[in-house]
Amino acid sequence: MTSHSSAKSDPTVFAPSGTLQFGIFFQGVNSGTIWKAAESGSQTDFESFRRLVQTAERGLFAAFFLGEGLRLREHLGRPHALDVVGRPDAQTALAALAAVTTNIGLVATQNTTYNDPADLAHRLASLDLISGGRAAWNIVTTDNAWTGANFRRGGYLDHADRYKHAEAFVETAKRIWDSWETPAGPARHVRHEGQHYTVDVTPRLPRSAQYRPVLFQAGDSPEGRDFAARQADVIFSAHPKLEKAIEFRTDLVARTLAAGRPANAVQIMPASEFILAATDQEAQAKKEWVRSLQIGPQQALAYLEQFWGRELSGYDPDGPLPEIDPVVEETSETRGSGFHGAKARQLADQWRAEAKDKGLSIRQFVSAKTSRMDATFTGSYSAVADHLAEFARVGAVDGFNISPWLIPTGLDDIVNHLVPELQERGVYPTEYRGTTLRENLGLATPVRSGDAVTAAGPVRHA
Amino acid sequence: MSTAATARPGFLAIELDGAGWDGAGSGTLAAAVLAVESAGFHVATFKDAPEAGRANALQRAAFAGPVTRSIALVPEVDTVYTEPFHVSTQLASLDYVSGGRAGWIATATESPAAAAAVGRRSVTGEGLAKEASAAIEVSRRLWDSWEDDAVIRDVATGRYIDVDKLHYVDFTAPEEAGPGYSIKGPSIIPRPLQGQLPVIAPLGLLGSGLVDDAAVDAVLVTAPTPELLTAEVRDARSRLRTGVAIIAELDVVLDSRGLAAADRPAPADSGRALFTGSAAGLAALLAPILAVADGVRLHPASFDVELDELSRVVLPELRRSGALRAPLQDATFRDLLGLDRPASRYADAAATAIAAAE
Repeated sequence: MTSHSSAKSDPTVFAPSGTLQFGIFFQGVNSGTIWKAAESGSQTDFESFRRLVQTAERGLFAAFFLGEGLRLREHLGRPHALDVVGRPDAQTALAALAAVTTNIGLVATQNTTYNDPADLAHRLASLDLISGGRAAWNIVTTDNAWTGANFRRGGYLDHADRYKHAEAFVETAKRIWDSWETPAGPARHVRHEGQHYTVDVTPRLPRSAQYRPVLFQAGDSPEGRDFAARQADVIFSAHPKLEKAIEFRTDLVARTLAAGRPANAVQIMPASEFILAATDQEAQAKKEWVRSLQIGPQQALAYLEQFWGRELSGYDPDGPLPEIDPVVEETSETRGSGFHGAKARQLADQWRAEAKDKGLSIRQFVSAKTSRMDATFTGSYSAVADHLAEFARVGAVDGFNISPWLIPTGLDDIVNHLVPELQERGVYPTEYRGTTLRENLGLATPVRSGDAVTAAGPVRHA
Repeated sequence: MSTAATARPGFLAIELDGAGWDGAGSGTLAAAVLAVESAGFHVATFKDAPEAGRANALQRAAFAGPVTRSIALVPEVDTVYTEPFHVSTQLASLDYVSGGRAGWIATATESPAAAAAVGRRSVTGEGLAKEASAAIEVSRRLWDSWEDDAVIRDVATGRYIDVDKLHYVDFTAPEEAGPGYSIKGPSIIPRPLQGQLPVIAPLGLLGSGLVDDAAVDAVLVTAPTPELLTAEVRDARSRLRTGVAIIAELDVVLDSRGLAAADRPAPADSGRALFTGSAAGLAALLAPILAVADGVRLHPASFDVELDELSRVVLPELRRSGALRAPLQDATFRDLLGLDRPASRYADAAATAIAAAE
């Protein structure tokens, strides 16, 4: 670990670790998960979760992620029918998975808007203790009132305020986790009086074996990146291609230093998908099969209907894009964040031109738009391993967060074939470094904050 | 029916108290829950009192899910200062990770500290039961909001779910205690394995304008002394609808490890009946209570110490005498309570009628 010692010697210079870590992201709601194949298993049975997490642990994965969405996505005013949907509460499922695993990190995606800070901080601390120091929180900041319709407090937050709100939330959570003076207590009182909520609590739980839950964050806007640079341990980025990944690293290191933290303080794990086989040719053929099952004719039309705001069932999925115009001005949030706020008419014009230009049918066009092209690594085990080794060598990323396209067997190829190739190249762990997530990621233990040490703590305004 | 003047033997529940939270954490919890399962207890409950060191009850129950095979796992979950939508999803998830062995002790306790933690006004008096009533109702609606066969995986039409089998719950909580709230639905998880998790409430939350007895599957009944428990159980039974299971609550301190119970430190007053004495004496006390109640929940003064005697003497004696039923294998918590698996309230009435006629 020469890189770690050099990072310590000059904390303002980024030093690549030379290695990669894998996480698995079991999204539970998305069009990337194939449910039409004979091998497609249950999305909700505990056995699917057990199988995936135990395969990941056999492959020395650092983390197992669960997604969260607090309202079902809709399509033209009704629940969206064409993709996998319906998933357990992340922390409840992870608490159960803690019982059948020993080393892998357990990451819960949890929302800062529709949770109370004291309650969420307590539940995350619980998961951290129950799992022996393996819990993490993937911080998300949904703000829309449409999701708020499922909660005591509906839509109370302006989009513009979401990071300000999230930051006050996270700082309050950190103070709660910092509050026990020693592992035996006593706890310091934590108060926060902000624009959006008030917290006044004597925290109940001691620090865990990894001090406190590891923090992941996924926003890619400049505010999101700055938020991660100030608060997070790992950023779950959207830039897995080598050149873009290097740019992103450079940008994030600058922001991290500007936030007063060491250059290596925030790790990067982009979202990714792997389509692998023994040869490049077989992998390409497999990719065709995967794509055809991810985006069928109905999904292709439904995708366009989101932007057109009207039924397009009369159109041939294998024909050109619809000549009629969208009936909506702006796409709404009901389909999920990726669709929110696009200017519909302008987009339709642009897409029609693009599809005509490239000679693409509706189905081909949508497949190209949605196939996570940037996020997919396709090829033979050895070719992909060679490519990933390059990421490790230059320090473009710290690892990859892999979304499997099959549940529950989607990691088998990766663990059985890709991981050994990476190990041979010396860029992937050959054992778990420790039993906590923080140890396994090589993250520094947090220093207890001064705020918490001050009795009663200052009342903060956000 | 389980709850008729009860011909069949009763079941035993045990409160795991703080087992599992003490830093050694998961190891202790796994050992505790396995020990009570192998002793023959039918139900383990997980307390969620706001005490230092106590991890979230529902998560401890979830951890116990894959570790155990037959015991029902029933956490306390507050209804007043929690988000009902999260609570519903978490409990449904507990049912999945436990293979249909989950239940819910719905609590509503006056607590200015719990109110301050989430920045809300403290709820008192009847407001507590009204919050509980609303939270139970919305959870039940959300559990029904996906019909059982909503996931169709129909390759021909490209539909993963049948949207006609998902339902908005459109619940509005009355403005009794706070600002009120409304919940749209549907749930974000399919219907729980049991359809509806059994809901248990302390008897004190039930009443006119409070929690309706139709909303619960079981009640917890206490008495000032062990001798009065049978009468309290009979009284509760006479006032509640047929079908509500009655679970009697009892604190226990036993002669154990060479120490007389009377010489051991008395537990803090819990408001429950307290038995102090020998294991044989406890078995003799429990047999007639189990004949009138559906079950008894024991609160051991010291988990490890009492469990020795309970597993070595009390449970074997009760089984031998026929007062205690054998543990159910591969059964749901509803099965233990003698409850059928209900159809979703949103299921097509015509389809239900056809199914019934077949």
